[in-house]
Amino acid sequence: MSNRMINLLVPAIAVFLGLLVGAIVMLASGYDPVAGYIALWQGIFGDTYAIGETIRQITPYILAGLAVAFAFRTGLFNIGVEGQLIVGWFASVYVGAAFDLPKVIHLPLAILAGAAAGALWAFLPGLLKAKMKIHEVIVTIMMNYIALHVVNALIKTWSGGGDKTDRILESASLRSEFLSSLTDYSRLHYGILVALLMVVVMWFILEKTTTGFELKAVGFNENASEYAGMKIGKNIILSMVISGAFAGLAGAMEGLGTFGNMYTRGGFTGIGFDGIAVALLGANTPLGVIFGAVLFGSLKYGALNMPNAAQIPEEVVQIVIALVIFFVACGYAIRLFLTKISKKKEAK
Amino acid sequence: MEYVIEMLNIRKEFGNFVANDNITLQLRKGEIHALLGENGAGKSTLMNVLFGLYQPEGGEIRVRGKKVDITDPNVANELGIGMVHQHFMLVENFTVTENIILGNEPTKNGSVNISSAAKKVAELSKQYGLNVDPNAKIEDISVGMQQRAEILKTLYRGAEILIFDEPTASLTPQEISELIGIMKKLIAEGKSIILITHKLQEIMDVSDRVTVIRKGKGIGTVETSETDPEQLASMMVGRQVTFKTEKGPADPKEEVLRIEGLTVEDSRGVPKVKNLNLNIRKGEIVGIAGIDGNGQSELIEAITGLRKSKSGKILINGKDITNRRPREITNSGIGHIPQDRHKHGLVLDFPIGHNIGLQTYYRPPYSKGGIINYTAIDKKAEEIIAQYDVRTQGPHEPARALSGGNQQKAIIGREVERDPDLLIAALPTRGLDVGAIEFIHRRLIEQRDSGKAVLLVSFELDEVMNVSDRIAVIYDGSIIDTVLPSETDEQELGLLMAGHSREAAVPQAEEGDNKHVE
Repeated sequence: MSNRMINLLVPAIAVFLGLLVGAIVMLASGYDPVAGYIALWQGIFGDTYAIGETIRQITPYILAGLAVAFAFRTGLFNIGVEGQLIVGWFASVYVGAAFDLPKVIHLPLAILAGAAAGALWAFLPGLLKAKMKIHEVIVTIMMNYIALHVVNALIKTWSGGGDKTDRILESASLRSEFLSSLTDYSRLHYGILVALLMVVVMWFILEKTTTGFELKAVGFNENASEYAGMKIGKNIILSMVISGAFAGLAGAMEGLGTFGNMYTRGGFTGIGFDGIAVALLGANTPLGVIFGAVLFGSLKYGALNMPNAAQIPEEVVQIVIALVIFFVACGYAIRLFLTKISKKKEAK
Repeated sequence: MEYVIEMLNIRKEFGNFVANDNITLQLRKGEIHALLGENGAGKSTLMNVLFGLYQPEGGEIRVRGKKVDITDPNVANELGIGMVHQHFMLVENFTVTENIILGNEPTKNGSVNISSAAKKVAELSKQYGLNVDPNAKIEDISVGMQQRAEILKTLYRGAEILIFDEPTASLTPQEISELIGIMKKLIAEGKSIILITHKLQEIMDVSDRVTVIRKGKGIGTVETSETDPEQLASMMVGRQVTFKTEKGPADPKEEVLRIEGLTVEDSRGVPKVKNLNLNIRKGEIVGIAGIDGNGQSELIEAITGLRKSKSGKILINGKDITNRRPREITNSGIGHIPQDRHKHGLVLDFPIGHNIGLQTYYRPPYSKGGIINYTAIDKKAEEIIAQYDVRTQGPHEPARALSGGNQQKAIIGREVERDPDLLIAALPTRGLDVGAIEFIHRRLIEQRDSGKAVLLVSFELDEVMNVSDRIAVIYDGSIIDTVLPSETDEQELGLLMAGHSREAAVPQAEEGDNKHVE
């Protein structure tokens, strides 16, 4: 079996195995897996509206995945994507609602505000790591909680005790009549273009610039990089800031595209944490992140249809989705198995 | 003749690459059999076949005359084959005993019975004169002791045949002579030993017979008593090797490096370099001789900007570079072959081409306006790979995949190509085979002959004596004397390195021999 064949077969087999075990779980719980999967399929691809909503759901996953993958490629573990996303969401909505400017200025400004807020939120862990060797995992996890509750407090203050912000002005909105009408009035917005552009940006920084060369070198071997004249601290901070900017953009897409405002939250959005799995599924490459985000976004959105259309409870649905992702993450084991089989065949 | 192990016509392939091409090795009972070959010749592969880590494509293995099939290391263990690895397989925060019983813990009523194991370990240690404390933690004992713990581990598991993989690579000279004593003791107790090495002197000192392999092929087996290092070296590399490096007299010109009253502390704040003075001129190689740990590393780190100096001055071509950033220092005309090529020299996960570009990537033609040009970097890398005989599949191969000698050649190529006025070579030949050592020494002398200055730091007296034009002896952080290679010998150098003054070393010190650096 050629390598290329194996590369194509592995994800296919993984998804199939996940669905198979998911079917067993549904059967064991007394539900009809065929109806369940038809509902899932309909939920993702059933009509243009579903497709539009699925793509909308994929958008923040791409950006959150890029944030994790970028930090990872440069030797850092950014667990704070969730918090950076939340502050990015709030900052973009604030700029979108508080200023009245022409669209050509207002929209980019609001998007940039989201990116800047995420970058700033990641700057602090980067600084602590660079100057005092404090591990970024601990700091970023804690910064998530700070982000959640500080933003909740800000929303309350801003709205005079309410639980949601003002709506953004039309001039700061990513909403698109065109995309929306194309997909049967789904909430699909221009954010997907921003996300895809950022995929190119990440690839460009890592593969085409001296900055990317330095960031990767520092991630692999700080000592050799220092010896080669690179500034270690600067590169650690820069890596966190770029990663945080991607995360902040993910929040801006929610704020300026999907929701148009922000509510106080009882808990995390989960997108930032799922970003870790998206990045790892995509092997931390820009293109791989798209694949991971498509899988995550489609399953998450499509699954919403399963309780309605097939009467399968939310809890069972979540187990099924988790199983599919679990098997995709096990791709390595499947690859090993396939290589063994093809070797045995060759021996015969 | 009774053989305990016979490896007959062993063939091992990795894809299209033949690592072992019908190699035969026969180990007699009670002998020390050396397995000699360059880095990458296939020694480790052959031993991994014997230890059950690889399955051979052809040939057969006999243990005590019986054909065996060693499918995994457990089978090797049962057959009484034990391996002392080059990189120790020990858990740092476990005791010696805990490490030895790991994976095979004796139990009593369901809990691990450490004390009975410790007793057995102590007995074995005494029987073979190993002198290891069974209850000491690995992280608290010296590298030599850790190695003995590894030896004990194989003995505890009943090994009759011990494989030593490059056992002296990380030992001090004292530890090496102790290890040789231990190996002789093991033989006296009836064990048999295969010694993997590329150090010729060790083979002459300790082995009974030698099997030489070259590029995966068996070249032959000779009695140690009937051979000499020159013959072994030419068998190993396939041509005549000169041990004495050819070079003409030095022609020193203006001063390149000047160090005045330099004091450097280590990371715990202990002064390691104390009020050190040194100068080097164009067209000369100055060797720093000294025992490991007398401030050599800190001195070089201070010169190259990797460590801050406490006081004193470092000048390059008259320009003060004390405590400047590494890049400013390299750009002032310093090239540096670092002591630890894996830690400082290379980004092992990068392709070798990127590594060759590691010091120049930020300037044209390798990058422009922040956009990097990998085509230009790879093109330059290909030139250096060809010119410095770096054996690799090309600039895209990961640095990790290259052998130590080829990694080092790539580093030397990178540093020399930048045309530095001063080339610092720290332990440039550590762990390399004679062919690579010869190549590197020639390059250092070429640098000198083209009017550059070279600072060589080495723990090997041979190397310092052969390559340097002037030898500065470092002891306890200071240069205590400077001697000419032609006017000294290993005896005198050894005493100076141990901190004796030359007057004590040579009672009738000759007049006019007073070449202090100050």
